[in-house]
Amino acid sequence: MATIELDRLVKRYGQTTVVHGIDLSIRDGEFVVLVGPSGCGKSTTLRMIAGLEEISGGEIRIDGRVVNDLQPKDRNIAMVFQNYAIYPHMSVAENIAFGLYRSKLSKAEKRQRVEQVAGTLGLTPYLERRPSALSGGQRQRVAIGRAMVRDPAAFLFDEPLSNLDAQLRTQMRIEIKRLHHRLGTTSVFVTHDQVEAMTMADRIVVMRDGRILQVGTPLELYEKPVDIFTARFIGSPTMNLIPASLRDGGADLSVGGSVRVPHATATTSDILVGARPQDLIPTSNGAQGLTVSGTVAVVETLGSETLVHIESGGQTIIGSAPGREIPRIGEHLTFHAPAERLYFFDKATEKALAAQ
Amino acid sequence: MSRVRPGRIVSWTLLFIGGVIMITPIIFMLSTSLKDASQVYDLRVIPAAPTLDNYIEILGDGRFTRWFINSMIVAGIVTISNVFFDSLVGYTLAKFKFRGRYLVFIAILSTLMIPTEMLVLPWYLMASQFGWVDSYWGIMFPGMMTAFGTFLMKQFFEGVPDDFIEAARIDGLNEFTIWWKIAMPLVTPALSALAIFTFLGNWTAFFWPLIVTTSAELYTLPVGLSSFAVEQSIQWEKIMTGASIATLPTLLIFLFLQRYIVRGVMLAGLKG
Ligand SMILES: Nc1ncnc2c1ncn2[C@@H]1O[C@H](COP(=O)(O)OP(=O)(O)O)[C@@H](O)[C@H]1O
Ligand SMILES: [Mg+2]
Repeated sequence: MATIELDRLVKRYGQTTVVHGIDLSIRDGEFVVLVGPSGCGKSTTLRMIAGLEEISGGEIRIDGRVVNDLQPKDRNIAMVFQNYAIYPHMSVAENIAFGLYRSKLSKAEKRQRVEQVAGTLGLTPYLERRPSALSGGQRQRVAIGRAMVRDPAAFLFDEPLSNLDAQLRTQMRIEIKRLHHRLGTTSVFVTHDQVEAMTMADRIVVMRDGRILQVGTPLELYEKPVDIFTARFIGSPTMNLIPASLRDGGADLSVGGSVRVPHATATTSDILVGARPQDLIPTSNGAQGLTVSGTVAVVETLGSETLVHIESGGQTIIGSAPGREIPRIGEHLTFHAPAERLYFFDKATEKALAAQ
Repeated sequence: MSRVRPGRIVSWTLLFIGGVIMITPIIFMLSTSLKDASQVYDLRVIPAAPTLDNYIEILGDGRFTRWFINSMIVAGIVTISNVFFDSLVGYTLAKFKFRGRYLVFIAILSTLMIPTEMLVLPWYLMASQFGWVDSYWGIMFPGMMTAFGTFLMKQFFEGVPDDFIEAARIDGLNEFTIWWKIAMPLVTPALSALAIFTFLGNWTAFFWPLIVTTSAELYTLPVGLSSFAVEQSIQWEKIMTGASIATLPTLLIFLFLQRYIVRGVMLAGLKG
């Protein structure tokens, strides 16, 4: 177990900088998820922690020790790759035992460790099989077993679930979470999937274009996104953003009347008011907050809830209705979100307006 | 019932004709080897009086056994050398990013464009300067590594996912072990192909071994067999018997390695 610290970490490929001096401090035993769109530098960052990629600037410390110039094998980390990286010409047991390649344990002790790990991951019946005779989920479990068997200081995961189908992905998500709970090993998990990030992380690191936009617990990111990018990236479906113009104490929306805005400090009077679909629910009472009316254009029935797309003043706004209430297309509906559930952003800088 | 498509018929016919053309000389070779000297110009496929005398004589002739062993030694060592060094260099070119890598690759490839005939003279001069003429090493040294083999192996190693190599690096394997234990087993189809090509090429090589050897004890099989043709009169039945025995190892090796080719292709087909 270990802490991991990134200090003004930079990565350049020739002239292009892909990681722009990021700072991050990961606590012992924490499960941190790096999330962001494809190409934002998540894998590069993870690979620099692993030692697979040279560092162009800054410092990486594992347990307080600077590891900038250490070989991957000397960092005592384990990594799980997207394509599993398990060897087709070796059995499951041999693959898992690879994690102990440098260990000084005796053959019998190694075998025992492998069997113990296989037991934990439900792989015992498959120990002598070749990976080709395993399902995708089982292969990924072998890869995790190989990482676990050594009892490393930290686990690094690079999109380990993206080759699995939706159902398996959900299942593996829970398994990894459970394993982390049991082992308590510091973990850094890279994904582009915000649902994975939200469900697995102790803390989420949102990245974009080689920079960290925000670090926080899933709930902090959901409730207090610092900018439009994070606000729209976290939560599904994405947050509605309605253009509005600021006047003292409040804002006039392009649709939906006006709302009160606390602490209005924006560069210009153009702002965006955000409301999550889950907070916009059908109601007839127009109390404090955002009220939008329009005609129903699309209805997405999910069972637990129903997502309703309404057209209002040339914009499409998504709200949600309870699962068993299914509005008809063309019907006129009014949605309401309470004032304390609204988000405010400066349109020019895309930053959230000063704290509510 | 499915109708046989016309394309099928055409391709089967062509394959049949091709097969007949290729197998005819082999049949004649075997048939001639079973004839005595008086029947050689009697072109019947089934010999009138088949005899194993030629085989008994050839196999009892110490020179032939010696040539056979020489060919085995030369082709065997050259094959092992190529499988080892071609893949070592191919792997390095495929998986390591170093300055001048492209230049090295082009330099190796460009040697493919020089015909053997042009190289024989410098090879010979080199061999005689170093005192390698009339030695095993003299026969083998030009083929110990080939540009073609290096190129082939580089292409195959490029197909080995980087993840495999990096995962091994994290587990603490050194670079040589990664190559040997991880990368090599993943390119077995290419290795078998390279081994077969190299072995066959060296087993049947004639020109260079003829030039570089002077004493009969160092002849390879093809050179030795051709010496049957120049001694006294041409002894076709002896040559054909020798040739029949000479094809045996190639046949066996191909049959043996075929299994590996099939298995190797299946390995390579395993995706994530
Ligand atoms: N070897 C490389 N050479 C040049 N650019 C690279 C290299 N590897 C990655 N990049 C660039 O770095 C950026 C970040 O890549 P990566 O960390 O893989 O993104 P992510 O994992 O977030 O999708 C991308 O724009 C990518 O094109
Ligand atoms: Mg990536």
